[in-house]
Amino acid sequence: MTEATQRKTSLSPRVCSAIDRWLTRYPADQKRSGVMQALMFAQEENGGWLTTSLMDAVADYLDMPRIAVYEIVSFYTLYNIHPVGRHVIYVCTNISCMLNGSDRILSHFKKRLEIDCNETTIDGKFTLRETECLAACTAAPMCQINKKYYENLTTEKVDAILAELE
Amino acid sequence: MSDIEIEIDGKPLKAKPNSMVMQVADEAGIYIPRFCYHKHLSVAANCRMCLVEVEKSPKPLPACATPVTPGMKVLTRSPKAMAAQKAVMEFLLINHPLDCPICDQGGECELQDLSMGYGSAESYFTEGKRAVKDQDIGPLIATDMTRCIQCTRCVRFGTEVAGQRELGAVNRGEHMKITTYIERALHSELSGNIIDLCPVGALTSKPFRFTARPWELTQYPSVAVHDCLGSNIYVHTRRGDVMRVVPRENEAINLTWISDRDRFSYEGLHHIDRLAKPWIRVDRRWQETDWSTALTFAARGLQRVIVSDPKQLGALASPNATLEELYLLQKLVRQLGSPSIDHRLRQVDFADQDDMPMMPGLTMAMKDIEQSDAILLVGSRIQQDQPIAALRVRQAALNQAHVLAVNMMDDDVCFQQTVKRIVAPHQFVNTLAAIAKALIGEQPEWAEIEVTEHDSIIATHLQNSKKAVILVGLAAFNHPEASHIRRFTQCIAKACGAKVGFLTDGCNAAGAWLAGAIPHRAAQAHPVSEVGLNANTMWHEARKAYVLFNVEPDLDCANPVAAAHALEQAEFTVAFSVFQNPLLSDYAHVILPIAAFTETSGTFINAMGDWQTIKGMASPYGEARPAWKVLRTLANLLHLEGFDHDSTEAVRQEVESISVHPLQENTGSVPVLKASYAALSRIGDIPLYAGDSLVRHAKALQATQSIIEGELAAVRMHPALAAALSLKPLDKVTVKQGRYHGIRLPVILDQRVPEQAVYIPAALAATNGLSELFGSIEIQK
Repeated sequence: MTEATQRKTSLSPRVCSAIDRWLTRYPADQKRSGVMQALMFAQEENGGWLTTSLMDAVADYLDMPRIAVYEIVSFYTLYNIHPVGRHVIYVCTNISCMLNGSDRILSHFKKRLEIDCNETTIDGKFTLRETECLAACTAAPMCQINKKYYENLTTEKVDAILAELE
Repeated sequence: MSDIEIEIDGKPLKAKPNSMVMQVADEAGIYIPRFCYHKHLSVAANCRMCLVEVEKSPKPLPACATPVTPGMKVLTRSPKAMAAQKAVMEFLLINHPLDCPICDQGGECELQDLSMGYGSAESYFTEGKRAVKDQDIGPLIATDMTRCIQCTRCVRFGTEVAGQRELGAVNRGEHMKITTYIERALHSELSGNIIDLCPVGALTSKPFRFTARPWELTQYPSVAVHDCLGSNIYVHTRRGDVMRVVPRENEAINLTWISDRDRFSYEGLHHIDRLAKPWIRVDRRWQETDWSTALTFAARGLQRVIVSDPKQLGALASPNATLEELYLLQKLVRQLGSPSIDHRLRQVDFADQDDMPMMPGLTMAMKDIEQSDAILLVGSRIQQDQPIAALRVRQAALNQAHVLAVNMMDDDVCFQQTVKRIVAPHQFVNTLAAIAKALIGEQPEWAEIEVTEHDSIIATHLQNSKKAVILVGLAAFNHPEASHIRRFTQCIAKACGAKVGFLTDGCNAAGAWLAGAIPHRAAQAHPVSEVGLNANTMWHEARKAYVLFNVEPDLDCANPVAAAHALEQAEFTVAFSVFQNPLLSDYAHVILPIAAFTETSGTFINAMGDWQTIKGMASPYGEARPAWKVLRTLANLLHLEGFDHDSTEAVRQEVESISVHPLQENTGSVPVLKASYAALSRIGDIPLYAGDSLVRHAKALQATQSIIEGELAAVRMHPALAAALSLKPLDKVTVKQGRYHGIRLPVILDQRVPEQAVYIPAALAATNGLSELFGSIEIQK
């Protein structure tokens, strides 16, 4: 009962209006359908990761139980609950990529960035993630950096990509 | 649609279309093993334990999620089904620790039982098992999440039944765990049910933990005594001690659930404040004594004081006493020559008592609430006061019924409310009158009543409904204009054809009315020659002698200040009590220790009018005695007639043998509005776990209450009111009612409180210096 009295939304007006626009796609009484994109908006504005209070704010904004938002955030790899670097690198190590040498790609990333999986470089530029299939098997091995796919990777290509990123 | 014929294990059966194989098998008494399936929860089909062979299906199918089809042939014990069940069992045990010897669920564990029945003796699994960190989810439920098999029954219970989704399954795959995510205590007043639902030892009862093994326990059917529904329970005892309480299924009342209050109140039975011996006051000093001395002392004391004027005796009884106790008490008091007996301890307005039905109650089945299409809550915090009834309201709301409320607190409830009018106590009757006016139209008496938009919407919803129900709750009963509230409620009900249900205080208010524990009617509603004083007047017009029957005057009465004054002046007070109480220690002259509800036999009549008789199942604490025996002996010592019952059944038979006196129909004239009595009034609700002495002594419930409700010893007010009075949170203020001294309490801002009222809960030691539950109040800095 006390939860209701403490409810406050800490979403910025920009995020709120982005969510409102997104919600027009769904019936008015099914706001929670927009939860994944709403979390994405909140995450992007917060430098790529979600705090508990942001998750709570999204839950309250969409009128859904907070625990349901925690479940979603913890289920999907595209949400981060700890601070991340400017660029988050998701290296696929699922079957097609594995058969095409994703192990080599991943260890090259580790060597170049001097970090292990789920770590961030000291300069705050890169976070490295190992991930399951991202549905680009035709171009294995692949990785996703931020919102972009990089396919048919080789160690040389990885060096070029890293050099390119600010 | 007609029934479908299917065959399970060669047995021809009839099944309703759309039912699942599991349901049909359960009805036919064919057991299919299961973990995640529960008849009152949605089908998840995630444990796979109920795999059965279905003819023409290449793979085994989960019985819980397979709908029946005509001519279906199901085999639950075929080699294929059993192989599947055995394989599932092996997978379930992969991550389950083998810690049965130290697990509290051991002996009543579904996993343990099914492992014996359907599993393999050996495991091939040699790898490491996963471990899950435990969370503290409050004082009621212990967690051992490593043992969880992720059936999600607890999660579904919160979502579907309780309506408060607090637990969830976070992460995925092998890392999935059941958690609240942010460590916090569960707030649901039904949370304890997940202990029963959990098929393993992941969620167990914290108060019961490590105190007994299931096979040492004896199970007795009983009835819960903390609200007017009389939920069915089992009491588990070991060598005469109550060890725990679990639900007993009753489709008409509580389904398979009970509230936490009913489940954990047993802790109070072992509280250090239990009275073990009779006490008498000799020369102003308390003396522990034996029963015969104490009873003789009580009889002589009473006789001495009332010899000149028997009407100087007043008797007050708890609405939680049994029918038999209340009947014997009123018989004793009336035979002594006093008409003053009452059980309506927290009520103050009795103007319409002659119009009340023989047994105020729901006048409908719980199912009728569920099946109604509009529900109007009148002064009812139903989720807090009768959590099990709130489930029916929730069910109705889920079935598209409009839940409408005229309440004083804007609680976050487990059901959707279509319209709510949250008003201060002094505006309460006006609001009901406005709804009545919107329904009936202008009446000469109602010219001044203003109808707001919300009032008309409520009226429209009621008018458009076919099966409307009005539920009148505790706050309405305890209100200073309770009779007006009831009159307007009846008026509204008549206009829209709704049924009116009273949700009364205590577990046996209906029984108290029937037994004659009221000043204006004898047992079975027979008229009395003289109407006695009611519970409130008995304190204001102080009596010379009192009999207090399981009453804590400072916590159970509408006006604790007047009660204390009256007791101080009384010449002789006999207290029947389960617990020690400071006011009784100060002013009573005899304290007789009586047995608690598990230690005596007796009958409770719930709000639906069901007579539920229970047997004594535990040995009384210390030298405490069943109260009906104490009353009988006391009556004999007073040389009264007709007290030779040898059992509670004999008393019950005597009550039943009295013919029912027909009551006159209520004439139902148009109620007249009185002028508003205040500018600022107090909302003096009874907190979640403070309603009766047993609950107040249950440790884990008290700890839970302070987590859920926060600081109760405070003046809670709307931020707007605080701003108007220029008060900040935690400022100390003096609150004062009438001519009495005020008390000092800190301010807490609370959006739930209407702007013209303050919420200061009653039944607390910190607030018993206030004299009216819903009266006007002054605030001074």
